[in-house]
Amino acid sequence: MPLSEELKQRIAAEFPKYPEKRAVLLTALHFIQAEHDGWIPKGASAEVAALLEIEQIDVEEVISFYSLFHAEPVGKFHLQICANLSCCLAGARPLIRTFEEKLDVRAGEITEDGLFSIAEVECLGSCGTAPMLQVNNEPFLENLKPDDVPAILLRLRERATAPAGGKS
Amino acid sequence: MAVVRYLLPPDGQSWSKLADYKKNGGYAAAENALESMKPEDIGTAVKGSGLRGRGGAGFSAGIKWSFLPSDGRRPRYIACNGDESEPGTYKDRQIVERNPHQLIEGLLIASFANTIDAAYVYLRGEYRTAYDNLRAAIAEAKEAGYLGKNILGSGLDFEIYVHRGAGAYICGEETGLMESLEGRKGQPRKRPPFPAVAGLWRQPTIINNIETMAQVPYVLRAGVDSYKTIGTEKSTGNTIFGVSGCVMKPGPYELPLGTPLKEIIFEHAGGLRPGRTLKAVIPGGVSMPVLTAETALQVTMDHDTLQKNGTLLGTGAVIVMDDTVCLVRVALVIARFFRHESCGQCTQCREGTGWLHKLFQGIERGTGQMRDLDTIEDVCKFMEAHTICALSDAAAWGAGYFVRRFRPEFEAHIEHEGCPLAGVSFEV
Repeated sequence: MPLSEELKQRIAAEFPKYPEKRAVLLTALHFIQAEHDGWIPKGASAEVAALLEIEQIDVEEVISFYSLFHAEPVGKFHLQICANLSCCLAGARPLIRTFEEKLDVRAGEITEDGLFSIAEVECLGSCGTAPMLQVNNEPFLENLKPDDVPAILLRLRERATAPAGGKS
Repeated sequence: MAVVRYLLPPDGQSWSKLADYKKNGGYAAAENALESMKPEDIGTAVKGSGLRGRGGAGFSAGIKWSFLPSDGRRPRYIACNGDESEPGTYKDRQIVERNPHQLIEGLLIASFANTIDAAYVYLRGEYRTAYDNLRAAIAEAKEAGYLGKNILGSGLDFEIYVHRGAGAYICGEETGLMESLEGRKGQPRKRPPFPAVAGLWRQPTIINNIETMAQVPYVLRAGVDSYKTIGTEKSTGNTIFGVSGCVMKPGPYELPLGTPLKEIIFEHAGGLRPGRTLKAVIPGGVSMPVLTAETALQVTMDHDTLQKNGTLLGTGAVIVMDDTVCLVRVALVIARFFRHESCGQCTQCREGTGWLHKLFQGIERGTGQMRDLDTIEDVCKFMEAHTICALSDAAAWGAGYFVRRFRPEFEAHIEHEGCPLAGVSFEV
């Protein structure tokens, strides 16, 4: 997968902020994911390595280390629900179960139409407004109840079919 | 005495716009410092204020700054730790979302005081609103001449860059953060050398938490003597107690250090749900040893008192558990978290967090045995004080102290071959 010239330029524009190009690695991977449906396609690591003047393995071990980077496809809407202590105390488990039932997939899976994937994640700092959901890298949805799930999914499905495109 | 709040705007308000921050006294401290103070006087004031780091360890900010070498080596950096990910903790997010200019002003003052060339705010990747608000605030501050070249005509050049993390708890550890910022896996470094001498790109670096930096403008605005009247003798100033769990009004409460935990839970956070009794409280994020209800009702939230009572202030994240809560499940959630977040460098941590998770899982599912409790104790001892960073200790304290302080509940679970509170407790 070749990186677009525009993307390469956006990555290069970050270089002056740091004394070494390598420091742009996380930012570059964020950019690539945002442009490629939320995951980092095979082949991207070699190109990023060349741009940053590091080895491909340096890129790949970073991709595998950080939980926000995905080396496999995720849904167009990646639903991340915190299952840490404060959220669990506030009912995260019934919330996750409701998403799983409505979408007929388990956490870690992706729906057949590719629209949704569910991930149980660690604390996202929404402990006073638990339980919560983060769709892709959007602002959090907080103080959720299982009853809120159908409306959330409806809104996301509407965005997916909206003419302007629903990507964020 | 009425509480003076200076970290967060009053309820429901946001001062993310420069005009709102300035209207409320913002940037006056930085203007005054750059015009009429000597850099070393600022360091003296911060040291004299007793300001202690708000990231968890509680080390004196002024003393930390004084560790920077005086050999003239440049560039020098600030790494500002906004990788807030200690479960239960959401205070830095409040500051960056609702009062980002106070962080910028703190960084500006710290840069002037310590001859810093650039600051990197390492913000956790999931914090979208905080990221947007901080970037907008930096642009506004730059436009107004508070950042960039020759700031306010003082000759000072200073830039702030926001660096997004990518989801790894270990990057909140100061040297893990630096590795990550440099474009590597966030695996902590051995010390020495310490960051003050060899931090970012092996250059002199000070690293402070977001809330610590946001305290700095108020230290100058209020003056050292006035600042020191807030809190206790050895724990000065306000902090933001992020309350969560089994209370009526969870939320971030800005209060002086030394506020009684009982007051935080029962007055500010609205108390427990009707008919419930208090069972346990984690006072400072899940890394910190849990307190029994009896102790929790007696302590005040300052470093000395908590240490005397067998725990630590940590991030001031208060997680409240009532009598419906199965503590075996709580320990399991905490053990699972640390297993997931161990960076894998040190054997004690990598293996120990896995063992703990499996042992708690067995007990929770009803397949545990009495001797598992002693194994947990052994594993915890093997994990404490043997590793490059404190994540291993945190896992041993966070999960292990549930067994140490609530052993009968674990024994009951094992005897019962499952949860005696099944159907009552939260689900895990």
